[in-house]
Amino acid sequence: MRNSGVEVLFEGSNFARLLGGLLVTIEIAFISIIIGTILGVVMGLLRTVRSRSLRIVLRLYLEAFRIIPILVWLYVVHFSFSPLLHIEISGETTAILVFSLWGAAEIGDIVRGALESMPKHQSESAKALGLSSAQLYRYVLIPQAVRRMLPGAINLATRMVKTTSLVVLIGVIDVVKIGQQIIELGVIKAPNASFWVYGFIFILYFLVCYPLSLLSRKYERRWQV
Amino acid sequence: MNLDWKFIGESLPLYMDAMWLTIELALIAISLSMILGLLFSLVLFYRIKGLRSIILGYVEVSRNTPLLVQLFFLYYGLPKIGLHLSEFNCAAIGLVFLGGGYMTEAFRSGIDAVSTAQIESGLSIGLSKVQLARYVILPQAFAISVPSLGANAIFLLKETSIVGAIALMDLMNVAKDLIGMHYKTAESLLLLVLAYLVLVLPLSLLLSWIERKVRHAEFGG
Repeated sequence: MRNSGVEVLFEGSNFARLLGGLLVTIEIAFISIIIGTILGVVMGLLRTVRSRSLRIVLRLYLEAFRIIPILVWLYVVHFSFSPLLHIEISGETTAILVFSLWGAAEIGDIVRGALESMPKHQSESAKALGLSSAQLYRYVLIPQAVRRMLPGAINLATRMVKTTSLVVLIGVIDVVKIGQQIIELGVIKAPNASFWVYGFIFILYFLVCYPLSLLSRKYERRWQV
Repeated sequence: MNLDWKFIGESLPLYMDAMWLTIELALIAISLSMILGLLFSLVLFYRIKGLRSIILGYVEVSRNTPLLVQLFFLYYGLPKIGLHLSEFNCAAIGLVFLGGGYMTEAFRSGIDAVSTAQIESGLSIGLSKVQLARYVILPQAFAISVPSLGANAIFLLKETSIVGAIALMDLMNVAKDLIGMHYKTAESLLLLVLAYLVLVLPLSLLLSWIERKVRHAEFGG
């Protein structure tokens, strides 16, 4: 029983270090979601504007993120920006940059979808009732738009948290990297560590993402539109 | 920016090999996970006891964990309990494990969207449960599911970009190696992006074409 290897998770500060690594991942996802949401709302509004060229440019921007894998984006920014701009850009900055731009593209599409799906009679009825423009947005349009956007936006957040696991591949010290360090350190004392450490990281990700997907499902059901 | 065209020409075969690997993995992942998803969604539809909760659990686990961690667990973790798998098998299993959950969801939401009137009419004219699935539910559910099945197929194709992390010579790994050995960063990255455009763009266009084609199959559409 002594060498089952599961003890490696609780040895020294390993447990706390793994959680700390997870925090790095969540932090990157969280900051990117905030920046992405702000940029995405602007982008979504711009995509409903009647200018054809603007629409095409923004559509191409979205498709670029839908067609090229995020890992490729991380590589492209990581390997070309530092030499190009002659400054050292850390893995974290690269990650936040790429994830924010990706989030902006996807949130932009969600916002556009919500705005376009809003039936015209809603704003017409509101005007007929004598609501002012501000009241129209405050009481009619924004609450409905948010309902349409929330499930998709939470889904995107789950995908982002999962995708941030890739930052280890551009050298960020995230939960996966810390797991690797723990495995390497214990290679003689705990040869089975990789089973437990990766298994534990697997469960950690599930514990973070599952509540988010439950939440998105709840809103989807409650606000079926 | 001056590109080294000779270098691009010389590294092209490496990228071609890697593209075949990606195509092979993607085909396996997409086809197997679709079969898995169809079977699992039928189990959910028929409410087969016992199996149902296992599948619901599987769907949540596969959808809420990153592929990278799944691959590391398969590749580095499992040998410690005596299960050795090749890099390729790990990648294929990981992708099918991930894709199966997404495909089950896609088929299930398609089946859910078939109206109860259709199911009741089918039952009332004396169709068996199997006939009901074969002639009434699946044709309609499939048409409804096409957009999400397509999105999942593209997702899986893009997700193959991670298999380099378990030492498979995929596009990412080729690009990384070339950058490390020759410092031809711009050329290597350009080929990398082009390779994914060549892979994903046709699939994306094909899927939107199929989407238009099957729309007429939807009831009342």
